[in-house]
Amino acid sequence: MLGSIYALVALGYTMVYGILGLINFAHGEVVMIGAMVAISVVLAIGTGGLPAPIVLLAGVAVSIPACMLLGALLERVAYRPLRDAPRLTALITAIGMSIVLQNLAMIAWGRQYLSFPPLLPNEPHAFLGATVTGTQLLIVALTVSLMGALLLLINRTRLGRAMRATSQSPALAGLMGVDVNRIIMLTFMLGSALAAVAGIMIAGYYGQAHYYMGFMLGLKAFTAAVLGGIGNVSGAMLGGLALGVIESLGAGYIGALTGGFLGSHYQDVFAFAVLILVLVFRPSGLLGERVADRA
Amino acid sequence: MSTAGPLLTVQGISKAFGGVKALSGVSFEVPQGAVYGLIGPNGAGKTTLFNVVTGFIQPDSGGCMLDGTRLTGEPVHRVVQLGVARTFQNIRLFHQMSALENVMVGMHTRSRAGALGAVLRTRRVRDEEARLEAEAHALLERVSVAAWADHPAGSLPYGLQRRLEIARALASSPRLVALDEPAAGMNASETASLSELIVKLRDDGTTVLLIEHDVRLVMGLCDRVAVLDRGELIAEGTPAQVQRDPAVIEAYLGAPAEDARPASHAEGDTALGLPGVA
Repeated sequence: MLGSIYALVALGYTMVYGILGLINFAHGEVVMIGAMVAISVVLAIGTGGLPAPIVLLAGVAVSIPACMLLGALLERVAYRPLRDAPRLTALITAIGMSIVLQNLAMIAWGRQYLSFPPLLPNEPHAFLGATVTGTQLLIVALTVSLMGALLLLINRTRLGRAMRATSQSPALAGLMGVDVNRIIMLTFMLGSALAAVAGIMIAGYYGQAHYYMGFMLGLKAFTAAVLGGIGNVSGAMLGGLALGVIESLGAGYIGALTGGFLGSHYQDVFAFAVLILVLVFRPSGLLGERVADRA
Repeated sequence: MSTAGPLLTVQGISKAFGGVKALSGVSFEVPQGAVYGLIGPNGAGKTTLFNVVTGFIQPDSGGCMLDGTRLTGEPVHRVVQLGVARTFQNIRLFHQMSALENVMVGMHTRSRAGALGAVLRTRRVRDEEARLEAEAHALLERVSVAAWADHPAGSLPYGLQRRLEIARALASSPRLVALDEPAAGMNASETASLSELIVKLRDDGTTVLLIEHDVRLVMGLCDRVAVLDRGELIAEGTPAQVQRDPAVIEAYLGAPAEDARPASHAEGDTALGLPGVA
């Protein structure tokens, strides 16, 4: 469950990296904005009259375009002018944009936690020996179908072909008649749409959202992307799911392993331990042959 | 060669890189339906001119027109949309994509399916994809690379990569195909089948602009030839005229020609037809 959300966010990192070689550290903030916008819409409509699914869909319907716009804006305003600048410049800009977005969100929505009305079914079911809720099933099902659709888009369509061509050589893609700027902007928008979905899922699942929520989530999704092999779309999916499992198992068993010395609130340790181990022992990630090629 | 007006007009192109004048005031016209050769010693500015025509670099002054539409100043992808496609001196394929996909990327400008349609996979999008794929197969067939359609482009033998590049250039249905040394590194039989392919292109109505070091190929194939030397156009005309031109012979042989042979001789007999002169 957690893993599938990581995977969705990691896709945004990995697609942008694949095409620009840029780690868009503001991506976690796009997730946060997606959650915040959805909550605002849901609260504005109110949970009184309309059936819950419709209210939720309204939130989704506003949040996704809002995030796509934000992604396009980030690309156009922050990153495009730096396309030919050294990578470090763009990286610092990304961190800067992340801070700007956090603070804008803090001003717009305040410092307190916003609570997401319980619109989703939360009663537990027994499923293959585990206990899951309807929400969890919904999240996993939705993530899997989104990832399937994305793979189809990238591997089977004209747009996806143009994206892959651009990621291999922007100059050459331009010579083939591909409008490279447009493809890059569409990549940001696609990643941001997935981020919006992830944001809503998190807000819906935990029942709350906060202007700072994108930071840790972004770092973990970045870890997932690195684990899978950054720049590799299937890798991001695999990395996200793997990281989710590692974290959940780690948090569950850390107490037993350390004789009660460390508790489950140390779960964040696992993600970053994974990041360090991957960077030391397999910097190209699980499926990352392409990164090796690139170097 | 048709009697119609010029397809490509190159007018007063100058380009300097730092202090080096790569091109100074080059003008010529490529007639519709011709195979037009561009020759000259190494460093004469042929590839720079190619890059200007295809929008890859912008000239310091002058400009190019394709059938009355100004190309210079347009971004690269627009130049392609307007009908100019090219290949490269050093093969540049999308190595990790299959041969078929390389050709399909080349068709990018001709398909319209938008992002939304692509996501929803409407009937129109699927039909278009199927049509493009069939067409890409036909193009591979035409350059005899069909057997390699599903192999990564980077794994193809050298000669086939060159042909694949031509297929990819043709995929945009260009009005003008610019080939940058297509025969480089090819053996005699590969070169012969390449020249057949170029003749076929012309017969199908595509105008070809050709940079080539193999003078024999150029003289045998081209309807007209322009000769560049140190960034300047020193001769222009039919192969027969150009071969007689003293300035051309001097540029190639570095000495005044006292005995330029008449062009009525077979190409192989003239000074410029000597293999290795280029």
